[in-house]
Parts: sequence; C-alpha cells; structure tokens
Amino acid sequence: MSENSLSPTRRGLLKAAAGSAALLAPGVFLLAAPAPSKARPDDTATDSSVRWGLLIDTNRCDQECTACVEACKEEMGLIGKGRPATDAQYIRKVELAEPRTGFTRSLPMMCQHCSNPPCADVCPTGASFKRADGIVLVDRHICIGCRYCMMACPYKARSFAHEKLEDQAANNPRGKGCVEACTLCAHRVDAGIVPACVEACHAKGRGAMLFGDLQNPEHAITQVVAQYPTSQIRADLKTDPGVRYHGI
Amino acid sequence: MAHMPDLVFKELNAKGTAFRALFVILAGLFLIGLGAAYYMEHSGHWVTGMTNQVVWGMPHVFAVFLIVAASGALNVASISSVFGKSIYKPIAPLSALLALALLAGGLAVLVLDLGRPDRLIVAMSHFNFKSIFAANIILYTGFFGIVLVYLWFMMDRRLKYKSSGPGTFAFIWRLVLTTGTGSIFGFLVAREAYSSAVMAPLFIAMSLAFGTAIFILVLLTVCAIDKRPLGRELTERLRVLLAVFVAATAYLALLQHVTAAYWAGRVEVVAFILLNGGVYTFLFWGVQMGLGTIFPLALTLVPRLRSHATLAFASVLVVLGGLAQTYVIIIGGQAWPLTLFPGYEVESSFYDGIVQAYAPSLPEILLGIGGFALALLIVAFGMAILRFLPVTLADADIDPHAKKRLMESEEAVEAA
Repeated sequence: MSENSLSPTRRGLLKAAAGSAALLAPGVFLLAAPAPSKARPDDTATDSSVRWGLLIDTNRCDQECTACVEACKEEMGLIGKGRPATDAQYIRKVELAEPRTGFTRSLPMMCQHCSNPPCADVCPTGASFKRADGIVLVDRHICIGCRYCMMACPYKARSFAHEKLEDQAANNPRGKGCVEACTLCAHRVDAGIVPACVEACHAKGRGAMLFGDLQNPEHAITQVVAQYPTSQIRADLKTDPGVRYHGI
Repeated sequence: MAHMPDLVFKELNAKGTAFRALFVILAGLFLIGLGAAYYMEHSGHWVTGMTNQVVWGMPHVFAVFLIVAASGALNVASISSVFGKSIYKPIAPLSALLALALLAGGLAVLVLDLGRPDRLIVAMSHFNFKSIFAANIILYTGFFGIVLVYLWFMMDRRLKYKSSGPGTFAFIWRLVLTTGTGSIFGFLVAREAYSSAVMAPLFIAMSLAFGTAIFILVLLTVCAIDKRPLGRELTERLRVLLAVFVAATAYLALLQHVTAAYWAGRVEVVAFILLNGGVYTFLFWGVQMGLGTIFPLALTLVPRLRSHATLAFASVLVVLGGLAQTYVIIIGGQAWPLTLFPGYEVESSFYDGIVQAYAPSLPEILLGIGGFALALLIVAFGMAILRFLPVTLADADIDPHAKKRLMESEEAVEAA
C-alpha cells in the first residue's frame, strides 16, 4: 500500500479518536474513505498473505438507502426481469427488528466470503471455491447448476441464473443454469479498486462500509476490527466470514 | 436349494397385448418427461416453481424417492444372498434389475434438472472429495457396476451358487449409498429442518419401505400380465416385510421431529411441519402418516384383509406416502427460512425471514413421472430380453417345504 493511500485511513482513525467521548457513536470509526489497494498483476496468482474483507457499521447504514444494492446491479450487470423470486441478488438490504424492544437495524447482506465456506465444501465439482486471498467465487466453466451450494450457504447469499441473460457486464460473465453470487468485485479488487458497493456507500450513502485486508495491520479495517467489537453472522457455524458487522 | 433346478426362468411375452400397451404408455410418459426437461432447460428454470428460495423442487422429490427406492428394491436379493433365505432366490434377479432401473430413473431426473445437464461429463470428471454429492456420484456409479456383477452371478448357471459374495458386497454398498443420500440433507448445518444424523438411518428405512412397495407392485403386475402363478408363500413374506419397513420409517420420522423439538432453537421448524405448516402439515399427517403408514399397516397386518389386492393397494399407498414424505423433507425443509439473526425479526427483498412459497409446475411433475416411466421401461425391456423371473412362483414350486407338505398330504390321501 502506498503512503498516499494510507493517509485517509489514518485520518479516519484520528477522527475516531477525536470522537472518543462517544466512542461507539453511529459510525464514528468508519469515516475513512475507501482506500485503494495495490493492483495485482495479471500474471501473478492470489496468495494467502492477503485476506480481503469488509466491515459494515450498521450504526451508519440508513434504512432508506440502497446505494450499495444499486451499484452492485450496475457493476455486475444484474438486469432483473421483474421476477423477484428468481431474479439474482448479489447484495440485499436486510431490515432487523428486535421484537421486544422495537430496536431496528438495517444492513447490507452479501456473500460473507467465509474462510470455511460451506458452499465450497458441498460443491461436487469444485466450481465453488475460495481464492487464496479469501474471495469465494463460482467457476462458471465447471458449475453444473446442481444448487447444492445454495442449500448449504447459511447466508442465503447465492442466486441461480434462472433464464437467458442478455446485455451482460464484461466484468461479470454469467451463464444460464449456473449459480452466482457476490465476487467481492474481484475484478476491481485485482485492479486495486474497492468493491462497487463500498464506493457507492461512501459516495451516496453514509460511509458504512469499509474494505481492506484483514491481515494487514496497516489497513483501517484491521485496525478497527482490533479496536472495536465486531460480529460475524452465524459465528456459531465457525465459517469465519470475511465480512464483519458492527452495531448488531 | 434342491428345488432350484426345477424352476424355469423365462423372458416376458413381449407380444402380449397387455405388455405392449404398458410399454407404449411407459414410453409415452418417458418422452413427455424428456420434452418437459427440454422445455425447462430451454426456457431456464424460471418457468418452474423453483426459485432462489426453494432451489430444489419436484424433480428432486421424484429423483430422491427413486434413488432411495432403488437401494431398497435390492433388499429382496439381499435377503436371499446375504441372509440365506432361499425362498427369495427366484425373485432375486428381478429385485436387482428393479434396483438398477429405479436408480437410472432417479438419476435421469436429477441430471435433467441440473442447470447445465450438458456438463454431466464435468460432474464425472471433476471431483471435490469433501462434497457428499461427489461421494454420491461415486456411490451411484459403483452401485450400477456392483449390482450388474451381482446380477451376472445370479443369472449365470456356473456362478449362481457363488452369488453370496457379490450379494454381500452389494448389500453393504447400498447401505452406504443410502447413508450418502440421507447425508445430502443431514450435513446441511445451516438448515434447521435438515442438519441431523438421524437423516441417514431414516433414509435407509425409507429405502426399504419404498423399494419393497415398488418391488411388490412390479412383481404382482408382471405375474398378472404374463399369467405367471404367484403363491402366497412369497407374498405373505413380502407383506410382513413391507409392514416392518413402513413401521420403521414412521418411527424414525417421528424420532427426527422429537429430537429436533427438544432443542429450543428448532421448536419452531418442528411446529411448522407438524402443526401450522399448511400443505406440509397436511402431507405429513394426512398422506405420509395416515394414507402412507397407518392405512397400509392395517391392510398388511389385519389377518382378515390379507390378499394380493390389498397388498397391492397397501404398496400403492406406501409409494404415495413416500412421495409425500420426500416432499415434506425436501420442500418443507427449504420453505422454512434460514435464521441469520437469531432473536431478530428480519425482512428483505430476498424473502428473508418468511416461509418460502413453492408451487410445483406441470413440467417438473412430468419430468418426475418420466423418471418413473424410464425405470419401469428398463424393467419391462430387461424382462423381455432376459430371463429374470421363473414361469411359476406357485408355493409348491418355490418352497421345498410346501412341496414336501403337498407330497405328504398326497401320500396320506393315497394311503387312505
């Protein structure tokens, strides 16, 4: 990571420190703008010294805001056919309500990029796989469309391409009859750009999403996760998701 | 075994009107099933009842039913080869043929419902050995090979007295196979309706019940249309077997829910299936337990009701109950939403937190029926070209003791 790209991260942390009187006030620590990372040259393989992840501050996630969802659709070429039960959704907004108190939360939900992904465990052909850098993908050349991964995913993160696809985005080739999901915008990450949802969240939303390398102590995400309580969804399943949440 | 050489095995009379009519009907249903698969494949799965929420639908109900029944259909052969009950020997080859046919029918449905059935070769050449699905592909393929060898041993005059080795191997293989099928569901840790070790023994019991029921129906039909005598010695035993297997299935099905209900986190899903799940509750109590368990148990166990007609009726009910049970397991289990945030009520555009709707579409059902038809076509074709069944299964011909009893009574008559 270059010095330039580090600075906004540090600025964010300083802001967090400045707000220490209200340490966990809504979204205080995620003010850091999305930091670009270093591009991975095409001829080098991913390696496990990196673990890409997301941190989502649900305190800052606005119930009315769907910027991340819209950005994902645009980036990945997800043109719906107006059939909500079969149209693909890589990322969705989930509204939570605590029944006794009425406490509510809104958060984006997508592939959690587990380090122990149940989808990859059950996939008969190995089409569902985890990259060395923690991004979970579907190899659409060997996906046979059995949907066992959809049965196994604890996060309901996957969609099945139920019909013929047209006007596809060049960076997300899809195929009728294959399973698909959030790729953590692997094509952008490899080019050193943050995922589209994160970018949109900062541009149009309230900056509730932070992207980075969970193993790099210089990355804001790692520093924040080390300092503040965060949770993993269905932590009991020990899937070790790469997506962390704060505020739930 | 002294009686065995007396038995003459013969092909079915393929020129009979009944056989030809049946063959044409089955071929028609199979072709309709193929057409339905083509339609679903060509249009994409959106034309089916399946969605991103209920990802496995009616084809999987039929496929799992047939695959499970396949391993159970082999049971008759196992009883003769593994457990040494020689009275089952005359019907053992048919049992193995039916097992192969049902597995082929079930797998055809499963493969034709894949998003990419054209990539079958990928499934056969890329294995992720951690996947129970991949293990099943090996188990199913192995089953074909092993049962074929077993059949060869049973049908080759020189080898038939050595068939207990391959028979035992096939028996063990089929137990592992059904364990694998049950584990497809048992290993789904995030799904409250599934994740349970009881799935494997439950599926084994289901296989014995469904396989025996289908075997009885095939045996009664073949004997009826080919006019082969069928004595009560065999059918009485099959009747008791069916009753035991149906009872075992019901016991394990109840055990599945009782163990889940004991766990606070699963009370709701158990209540959903057993009390307030609408169609699933109706299918569980009305069809699976009522029509498919209690009724056939009465038909098979009440002495006064014993006849080939009631046995056939009981078997039909077991098949219907089995399809209902498989539907409740597969569809009902998916209809229940995943719990992502325990303690919260959730809502989203992706149907989080609500019971998922599913209505089977006609093509899905036609594909499933096509799988049944394919299985029975294979049986009909196999029996028309090879000698799978003796010309008579009359008591005196298959049971040495019955023969002896008959001779003794004749001698007694003569002496008198």
